[in-house]
Amino acid sequence: MSPNVLAPAPQPAIEAVRLGNPYAPHNARIVGVQRMVEDNHLFTFRFVDPEIARSFSHRPGQFIMLSIPGAGEAPISISSSPTRPHVLELCVRRAGRVTDALYRMRVNDLVGIRGPYGNGFPVEEMVGGDVLMAAGGLGMAPLRSLLWYTLDNRSQFGKLTLMYGGRNPESMLYRNEMSSLVDRPDIHTLLGVDADPSGTWKYHVCRLADLFDFADIDPRTTHAAVCGPPIVYRFILQRLLKLGFSKDRILMSLERHMKCGVGKCGHCSIGYKYTCIHGPIFTYWDAINLPEMI
Amino acid sequence: MKTLKLPKSKLDFFAAVIQQFGEVHAPVARGDEFAFERLERWSDARLDYNRTILPPKKYFLPPREEMFTYTADGYVPSTEGLDQKLVLFGVHACDVYGLNILDEVFLDGPHPDPYYKARRRNVAVIGIDCIPDENCFCRSMRADFVDKGFDLFFYDMGDAFFTLVGTALGDDMVLSAASLFEPVAPQDVAAYKAHSQAKAEMFKLDVEIRDLPEIFEMEYTSAIWEELGEKCLACGACSMVCPTCYCYDVQDTVKLGECAGSRERCWDTCLFSSHARVAGGENFREEQSDRIKFRFYHKQRGFVAEYGRPSCIGCGRCIVSCPVDIHVVEVLNRLRGVAHVA
Ligand SMILES: Cc1cc2nc3c(=O)[nH]c(=O)nc-3n(C[C@H](O)[C@H](O)[C@H](O)COP(=O)(O)OP(=O)(O)OC[C@H]3O[C@@H](n4cnc5c(N)ncnc54)[C@H](O)[C@@H]3O)c2cc1C
Ligand code: SF4
Ligand code: SF4
Ligand code: FES
Repeated sequence: MSPNVLAPAPQPAIEAVRLGNPYAPHNARIVGVQRMVEDNHLFTFRFVDPEIARSFSHRPGQFIMLSIPGAGEAPISISSSPTRPHVLELCVRRAGRVTDALYRMRVNDLVGIRGPYGNGFPVEEMVGGDVLMAAGGLGMAPLRSLLWYTLDNRSQFGKLTLMYGGRNPESMLYRNEMSSLVDRPDIHTLLGVDADPSGTWKYHVCRLADLFDFADIDPRTTHAAVCGPPIVYRFILQRLLKLGFSKDRILMSLERHMKCGVGKCGHCSIGYKYTCIHGPIFTYWDAINLPEMI
Repeated sequence: MKTLKLPKSKLDFFAAVIQQFGEVHAPVARGDEFAFERLERWSDARLDYNRTILPPKKYFLPPREEMFTYTADGYVPSTEGLDQKLVLFGVHACDVYGLNILDEVFLDGPHPDPYYKARRRNVAVIGIDCIPDENCFCRSMRADFVDKGFDLFFYDMGDAFFTLVGTALGDDMVLSAASLFEPVAPQDVAAYKAHSQAKAEMFKLDVEIRDLPEIFEMEYTSAIWEELGEKCLACGACSMVCPTCYCYDVQDTVKLGECAGSRERCWDTCLFSSHARVAGGENFREEQSDRIKFRFYHKQRGFVAEYGRPSCIGCGRCIVSCPVDIHVVEVLNRLRGVAHVA
């Protein structure tokens, strides 16, 4: 049957696809690339559209979707703090299609960025109390936004403790920045490496979890934010529970495969939660109540 | 809700009139089965169908959809086909319910999907009542009736259709053929109720869904999942035909030799091993038993936590399509059964 359609009506629904499309990447220019460790660079971006550059804001622990034309899209944590809004920093490990393509790009090249997505750390609940931040290896990428958020809003928080561990000095992200925190009196910074073959390390040589032996933490007043590979979670969680931490004061950032970032594509599901909207920050209590969590 | 009566003898006229609202698609015969397709002529429509191979979701979330094209200057949203006006004639209540569930995922919340939204705006839905067959269990899933999500809904009352008007568009359709419709008389209401009662007793499959989420939690490590995992071929048919399976994958394609191409999304399923693989090759659902459990768990348990009801609407399509006869109602009833499924 051939349609005999009335005069074309205006289509606000189509306009919503052109404007305000949540999947549309915004053009952003690479303004800096800094090698931190082998296959792990810090990229700095600026949105091309000044209106987006001005209005973009995020919470510590949120992520963006990074598009490289032809290669695809991947979720990347925002490594910079919302307290320093003039830069958007992503600490990216070279892992596959999208990240390989990013590593082939140069300063001034265009990428696509949309977001921010995810819940981020519950900073409103953390205000007024102590914060323990513990990261292993690449876990510093998402944790760094919280680190600078708490330092830049120093008066809103009680005691701050940072524990950061890696395999060796060469594998530590933000090595100089972390070293510079050691002498700051308003945060207790503990840095540890498993081994120091090059003999250049001035701090602890021990397992990340052993840094607890040097820290003074009150589980009743502290939120613990933990980021790292699964092995890090295993050991840190053991220590936190032994110290008497309540399971809902332990916060962790989890990674899953993501295709949309906005709760539609189903790829990031854990049990019945979607990491992209219910996470990526979960309490340990959520974690043990969702099958398949860790 | 406005209710009217359309004598069956007038249905052909009405079908002709609604063409002005868009290209008419309806169930047509495909061998022994049925499919929603564009009608060549009204006589091809098979309003007596049991179920279509694919649910109407194909009109709202096409199997493959271009989202963007890109060049060196950035990404441009694709809008082709989104403004096409269609009228889906003859959608069963369970399938309308399925669309309402997709609406909750794709329209509600902070990030509505504009592609889905445009299609939902431009595709009119005319529902029709049906007779359950041996694979239907929509009544158990509380999806044998719908009160929204359609423009018009027809109940077969023998010589006439009891017509519910769901939207302003539905009302326009009725008004554009006002002379065909008659007011509802008291005896029509009585007939409707008798019909509804009779239909309720026709179901051959039943499952009690009350406290099913709790049972799912308790049977999470049940041996039934291993058994299903060994049987399942990971063909994905059950998801493709499911009105409420909406997972998709996104792929970029490059035009050869140019910095240009497109970003498309296409249907995907949690039953494929690639679904939960993350960087480094780690897979959070390594075994087929993990994956089939996940599909059941998400539909029957996860959705209850998130949206207050299971996403399964009891259409029976997965039962019909599974090449190894994995039967959703049998699985649920075994989980529910008095014996722990060890
Ligand atoms: C919330 C969140 C935050 C994140 N933050 C960061 C961050 O700050 N920095 C960072 O570097 N990364 C981060 N990631 C991880 C990052 O998104 C992944 O590494 C992502 O896969 C990179 O995309 P890609 O296209 O480069 O790699 P992909 O091409 O997706 O490949 C990544 C790896 O996945 C495996 N893989 C993928 N597909 C297949 C397949 N079909 N068959 C076999 N193996 C396959 C491979 O082992 C490959 O090495 C984050 C992830 C999430 C979810
Ligand atoms: S799970 Fe099966 S019966 Fe339930 S809605 Fe999907 S296809 Fe229909
Ligand atoms: S249709 Fe059957 S065999 Fe195919 S994926 Fe679904 S359960 Fe497995
Ligand atoms: S990334 Fe698509 S649902 Fe979470």
